Amino acid sequence: MTAVLEADSITKRYGHVTALDGASFTANAGEVTALIGDNGAGKSTLVKILSGVIAHDEGTIRLDGERVRLESPQHARELGIETVFQDLALAPDLGPAENMFVGREILRGGWGGRLGVLDKARMRREALESFVSMGTDVKDMFAPVASLSGGQRQSVAICRSIKWASNVLFLDEPTAALGVRQTRNVLDLVRRVAARGVAVILISHNMPDVLQVSDRIEVLRLGRRVAQFPGQGTSIEQLVGAMTGALDQRAA
Amino acid sequence: MSTTRGSAPGAVTEDVSRTTAGLLREEAEQARRTLLKRALTSSPAYMFGVLLVLVIVFSILSPSAFPTTSNARNVVLNASPLLVMAVAMTYVMIAGGFDLSIGSVLVFANVIAAKVMGWMGTDDALTVVVGLLAALAAGGVWGTFNGLCITKLRVPPLITTLGTLGAALGVADLISGGNDVRTVPLTLINLGSAEPLGVSWIVWVALVVLVVGGLVLHMTRFGRHTYVIGSNPEAARRAGINVDRHVLGLYTLSGVAAGLAGMLSLTQFATTTIAGHTTDVISVIEGVALGGTSMFGGSGLMVGTLIGIFIPATLTNGFIIQNVQPFWQQVATGFILIGAVYLDQLKRRSRERA
Repeated sequence: MTAVLEADSITKRYGHVTALDGASFTANAGEVTALIGDNGAGKSTLVKILSGVIAHDEGTIRLDGERVRLESPQHARELGIETVFQDLALAPDLGPAENMFVGREILRGGWGGRLGVLDKARMRREALESFVSMGTDVKDMFAPVASLSGGQRQSVAICRSIKWASNVLFLDEPTAALGVRQTRNVLDLVRRVAARGVAVILISHNMPDVLQVSDRIEVLRLGRRVAQFPGQGTSIEQLVGAMTGALDQRAA
Repeated sequence: MSTTRGSAPGAVTEDVSRTTAGLLREEAEQARRTLLKRALTSSPAYMFGVLLVLVIVFSILSPSAFPTTSNARNVVLNASPLLVMAVAMTYVMIAGGFDLSIGSVLVFANVIAAKVMGWMGTDDALTVVVGLLAALAAGGVWGTFNGLCITKLRVPPLITTLGTLGAALGVADLISGGNDVRTVPLTLINLGSAEPLGVSWIVWVALVVLVVGGLVLHMTRFGRHTYVIGSNPEAARRAGINVDRHVLGLYTLSGVAAGLAGMLSLTQFATTTIAGHTTDVISVIEGVALGGTSMFGGSGLMVGTLIGIFIPATLTNGFIIQNVQPFWQQVATGFILIGAVYLDQLKRRSRERA
């Protein structure tokens, strides 16, 4: 497995508060890497830094081995790093296809395109193709997203991101608001995204979900990486132990 | 358990491509069906029914005066300046905004255009063109001011445009001394009475604005961004849409539309009409809301606005012909508006529950 995204000794301070204290993190292509930690461990700060939302104070970020500075979320996206935040950032009144292409609308060819005329049929077709190929049950391209189920909404947001995420996909608590069956659908989808070669990073509080879907698990505590586990053969007790500091395994 | 680590996707690929083709065919078929179904159950369709009922009722009540060509022409002519402003208001409201200032901005542009043409002292096509440009610019300035207050100073649209509603009218009164300006060039008056293809220029202009406004709203990226911003501004921002610039543009457009309506009104009446537009904004917002544009942004159709504008217009006209005090029109449309917004709320709630 090749490391796509490597963060090394990232530090972030807010005044006297140190949110990240030399945290490191690695995500490999084609793998699901879970990033776990107790509240305040620095998960969201790290994700925001790695998706270009905020700038870090010290440390280096490497994408495909090359050092990068993520200037803005737009810049991160141009580099193939997408993030699905917990609020999904969908437009509830618009359909799944319309949401998939927000800000990246496909225009018609010729002078129509120069006037900004949308190629709606093509966007609907491409959207439906990706919803089907990712095995989701989003089928009605005309229904407003607000009328979809929670799992379907999550599917729309994830499919939108992977349509553009060529390298890295962050998923922030994708199953937090979902029932059992929809959670399974979303986790299936997460596996399929990784199978495409994307480095998927799952931020979750749900230990059974994490163990079920992840190839590797990295644990943050007090702004540092304190443990790395393989997804297979790890127990919830080990994860909780690392998160709370009861079990101290130093980071490599 | 279907979710296993490292599961190979190859097995499902073929199956998926087959279903995709099938679904795409199905989608095309379904698209036709759902579009028809959605069109028939949409707010514009209901409101078209309401409009039809109004027309039928008034036609039965006054068969000699109401259903005539000249009366229809009259209704359409009076609704035209309102329609121009309603097209812009549809954009503003779809983007989740509001513009209460349009009636006053209309009057301001009205006065500026008349004054500018008066100062020129000439009476030819150039005078009219300069007057038109002055009206558009006058409206655009207020619209831009609204947009800047809303996007840069973060003053809520309701307060900003309530402020400019008073301010624009005040400045118009200051400039005109509170008296209507009657120095309108003959060229413009002749233009107002000319009727190419049997319909006044004023109506043609409104029609062009409506068609262009509708095409841009429903066919282009600009229109699509308007919906996204109204539906979820944060989503628009994250997708890289410059929300502030877009919203500023929409308020400017609304001002320019009010300026154009001011010029149309000047053409129609051959004088400024300072006191005649206090209820314009109510008619426009009513029309847009009745047409199904959501008060919360994110949804609406231009055809709805076209239908919506003619409901208060038809009511007024019908009441006048029936010798009912026209004040009843305000009472009736007021309650219809509340009903329409209530229906919008109901639709939203049932959708969110689904």
